[in-house]
Amino acid sequence: MKYLDEYRDGDVAQKIVGEMRRIQTRPWVLMEVCGGQTHSIVKNGIDHLIPEGVELVHGPGCPVCVTPLEMIDKAHAIARRPNVIFCSFGDMLRVPGSEGDLFTIKSLGGDVRVVYSPLDCLKIARANPSKQVVFFAIGFETTAPANAMLAWQAHEQQVTNLSLLVSHVLVPPALEAILQADDNRVQGFLGPGHVCAVMGYREYEPISARYQVPIVVTGFEPIDILHGTLMTLQQLEEDRAVVENQYSRVLGPDGNGAAQKLVNRVFEVTDRKWRGIGMIPMSGFQLRDEFARQDAEKLFDVAEIATLEPEICISGQILRGIKKPHDCPAFGTLCTPQRPLGATMVSAEGACAAYYAYGRHLQPGKPLHQIASAETLGVPAGRGD
Amino acid sequence: MCLAIPGKVVETFDKGGMRMGKVQFGGIVREACLEYVPETQVGEYVLVHVGFAISRIDEAEAERTYQALRDLDQLTELESPVVEEVEPGGFRQ
Repeated sequence: MKYLDEYRDGDVAQKIVGEMRRIQTRPWVLMEVCGGQTHSIVKNGIDHLIPEGVELVHGPGCPVCVTPLEMIDKAHAIARRPNVIFCSFGDMLRVPGSEGDLFTIKSLGGDVRVVYSPLDCLKIARANPSKQVVFFAIGFETTAPANAMLAWQAHEQQVTNLSLLVSHVLVPPALEAILQADDNRVQGFLGPGHVCAVMGYREYEPISARYQVPIVVTGFEPIDILHGTLMTLQQLEEDRAVVENQYSRVLGPDGNGAAQKLVNRVFEVTDRKWRGIGMIPMSGFQLRDEFARQDAEKLFDVAEIATLEPEICISGQILRGIKKPHDCPAFGTLCTPQRPLGATMVSAEGACAAYYAYGRHLQPGKPLHQIASAETLGVPAGRGD
Repeated sequence: MCLAIPGKVVETFDKGGMRMGKVQFGGIVREACLEYVPETQVGEYVLVHVGFAISRIDEAEAERTYQALRDLDQLTELESPVVEEVEPGGFRQ
């Protein structure tokens, strides 16, 4: 592990935090977009390591979390059918719909299978020609090339018993929805590293310019997040608002052209509902008309299913950075990872699940920096000193 | 599942017209589609998301990212069942 030291060294972290303290003149609210970043921040106590006036709020970048309840209910309606093999990424299985989850359906005799890659569904479809194989194609831009390839291969190879239930969402329209809200608090973004590995970051430049917000594409290791936070803070303090790339060792401005080409060949942009947030115009992908035979929503007649979300859940405000998980009366009591009420508790990458996993529901009276594991970076916590 | 996992390409082959590879992640080897990084050679490192390589990275970055993901318990997708290629009716998982 010879490469680790340089990036996890407490001295480097301390220098970055010291520079934040040196330049910061007023309070700022930054949002990390990606659920992996949220997980890393909470696990490592980064939000308590940085100066007190720099607040990190947690964004909507957890694909499992933002898949709308309505779409989960559609998935379940299809998975319950006797002639269907329903395939999904593992973390969708325990996401509750209006009535139970995919595990429940499996236990009642439904043929529900976990796949590692969407391409596994091709093998399953070929091996089971008398069954309809349906894949739950969820995700952000990172996952879109994989799901596009499945649709493309099914189409090209004329695999007639394979279709996709598509619930794809896009990061840039979500950032715009957050910035447009009257109660928005976010003044700068840590952009999602692996989404930009696919898409590049040019599409963020108009957003940064229009709303005058810095956007710094950032990795998810503790030092990456500290560095991205510092870069964002520097822009804010210098009254600049541009897109910068903290994660240049992994990605460039243009992303992966081959992946984008197939994604655009298979999908077109459409309005999408986001769990907890609601409808965001032009914020997701659907299959193009040419791929209608691969479109499970058309084949299985589930378009009429409409579902409301539980009223007590405040995940919509959490996903937009208005509130934190411990602001919710249900957090850790009525709502737990075992019995999630809403978006941000359903996946390990959701903000509520991350707070729960690292014990932030257990000691509400204790200063948070004592609960967080800031020590893992070898740096004293930033709060209260 | 929003993150990609780095691994080393240990074999490349064609399947159904797609460029594929076997990619080693720590002690686990899984198939990955290399269509989006077609220039990748055996011995190189790639970031893999749900069975698709989305970008090429160097060894140092691969090692660092792998360690970070392990710390975050974000490697569980690698343990998903392997779907075998079998003839119709003979599927097993």
